[in-house]
Amino acid sequence: MERTISRTFSLKNVRTHYCPGCGHGIAHRLVAEVVDELNIRDRVIGIAPVGCAVIAYDYWNFDCAEAAHGRALAVATAIKRVRPENIVFTYQGDGDLAAIGTNETIHAANRGENLTVLFINNAIYGMTGGQMAPTTLIGQKTATTPEGRDNHQGYPLKISEMLGILPAVKYVERTAVYSPQQIMQTKQAIKQAFINQLENKGFSLVEILSPCPTYWGMSAQEAMEWIRDVMSKEYPLGKIK
Amino acid sequence: MRQEKITKEKVLMTGNEAMARGAIEAGCSFYAGYPITPQNEIPAYMAIQMPASGGVFIQAESEIAAINMVFGAAAAGTRAMTSSSSPGVSLMQEGISYIAGAALPAVILNVMRGGPGLGNIAPSQSDYFQATRSGGHGDYRCIVLAPGSVQEAYDIMPIAFDLADKYRNPVMVLSDGMLGQMMEPIQITKSPRHQPARYKKPWALTGCRNRKPNVVKSFYIAEGELERWNLELQKKYQAIEKNEQRLESMFSHEAETIIVSYGTMARIAKSLVMKLRSRGKKIGLIRPITLWPFPKKGFNSLKRNQKILVVEMSYGQMLEDVRMAVGDKFKVGFLGRSGGGIPKETEIVRALERL
Ligand SMILES: Cc1ncc(C[n+]2csc(CCOP(=O)(O)OP(=O)(O)O)c2C)c(N)n1
Ligand code: SF4
Ligand SMILES: [Mg+2]
Repeated sequence: MERTISRTFSLKNVRTHYCPGCGHGIAHRLVAEVVDELNIRDRVIGIAPVGCAVIAYDYWNFDCAEAAHGRALAVATAIKRVRPENIVFTYQGDGDLAAIGTNETIHAANRGENLTVLFINNAIYGMTGGQMAPTTLIGQKTATTPEGRDNHQGYPLKISEMLGILPAVKYVERTAVYSPQQIMQTKQAIKQAFINQLENKGFSLVEILSPCPTYWGMSAQEAMEWIRDVMSKEYPLGKIK
Repeated sequence: MRQEKITKEKVLMTGNEAMARGAIEAGCSFYAGYPITPQNEIPAYMAIQMPASGGVFIQAESEIAAINMVFGAAAAGTRAMTSSSSPGVSLMQEGISYIAGAALPAVILNVMRGGPGLGNIAPSQSDYFQATRSGGHGDYRCIVLAPGSVQEAYDIMPIAFDLADKYRNPVMVLSDGMLGQMMEPIQITKSPRHQPARYKKPWALTGCRNRKPNVVKSFYIAEGELERWNLELQKKYQAIEKNEQRLESMFSHEAETIIVSYGTMARIAKSLVMKLRSRGKKIGLIRPITLWPFPKKGFNSLKRNQKILVVEMSYGQMLEDVRMAVGDKFKVGFLGRSGGGIPKETEIVRALERL
């Protein structure tokens, strides 16, 4: 039989620990494919967050560091500054990048660090058991917003739009992984964010709307539809900058 | 053996500048920090000299960012450092714990000021517990060095970086506002006296060309994995305790009374000891240079009839380590002031008389 698809080299052949229908696995694979297509595996350095993706380095077949919760962009800043010949990226959840790590995020962006940032927005804290994230939608039920998030708990934080206004930021795009077309678009955006770094263009971020069926209380299918019908209305897809 | 060419010159500088210069000469090529008094001379010096020597200087957005930048630069295999003063060092504790957990070499300078809280900017020694007891979470230790003069502040930096690399462990240099701001002429050594290349770093993140991928991490979730790793760390700490105790000892074998002090306080105590000895008093001094590992070996040969007075710019922190070192065999007296107060010679003399 003809082989039509295979595992890309930068992805290890191991069992996943992610829940069925989780978006992290898709995003991991897209990163690995882009790294291989750009032929940068031997000089890429990935920074894993604290969140469900903390052990991203168990899947990726290249050098990685694990940063403290929220500090990936401080760690990445230093690695890139001392090793400009390497290609450095962070992979961070919404709690990591837009709550505890907001300060590091804004200032790395404002300095125009020549980095690639992959921001996995699943509107929830997956790892700690489904609490409210800064990106949780109004009305969304979580462990800490049992009645649904209301305005007193803040509005869904549009960190990508906020970063877009900074002069040193080169590229910001929001994509999703709810359909094959959207997955291909996400891959294209990830690739662009890496190419920008290769061309020394500066700070590039891709926000990826990603399902967490477990803490959204949905099936894998429903979660994908919810991104398409609800979440992407709050977080419009497309190039922000 | 090839004779190293050493040219020497004398330069007048502050303790803060001396540490900054010593660090760069020790091969430090990354510095990140956030302004706080009384250590602002360090980032100011680094902002000029780090780029001039081909290194990287970053004014971080906070001490939290600064220590995590140091984590990154260390993970990438460079000699990296940050500096701060007490409140800022409190903010760094999580990051220091991660550095210890990931077994990264890094140097942290704490130019101590008065606390708790915002406290004041006067010199103090009240972060001793935080520095020596692993101020962050988890079972780890920082190696802690306490210079007692501007010269030593300069000389101790290559030692700090060597120890960090040798043991893959955070090293804290504990100074204070007085030592940091004080100006003294110091002997500068211009020579290739430090060889960062001596410590190979095959674990560093450089890109996985021609080797298996490296991972720098402190997360060990599998059954038994973290306990095994922590036992590895414990083995390392035991080796450090055995090999790295440093102290200065003056007349401690023949003295009837021994003052134990470190850093700025030891400097004051030292001049008092010389004065009292010229008046025929049998007095000596033990000055711990490593606060962790605490130099217990300096106390081993003391005799039962000798008396000890611990003098600190805090309310009895190192005192606990001295008590542990001597057990209950000795009478240990204490004098301490904090929050800007520095024990005066007259107060020390009175405390000696009360022993
Ligand atoms: C200093 C600190 N505070 C809190 C935590 C606990 N914690 C771990 S992951 C996490 C949030 C994860 O959410 P997110 O970043 O959105 O990642 P996800 O799991 O959703 O992918 C929190 C609060 C921690 N590890 N460290
Ligand atoms: S909890 Fe959510 S984010 Fe975490 S692995 Fe499961 S589905 Fe994915
Ligand atoms: Mg999340």
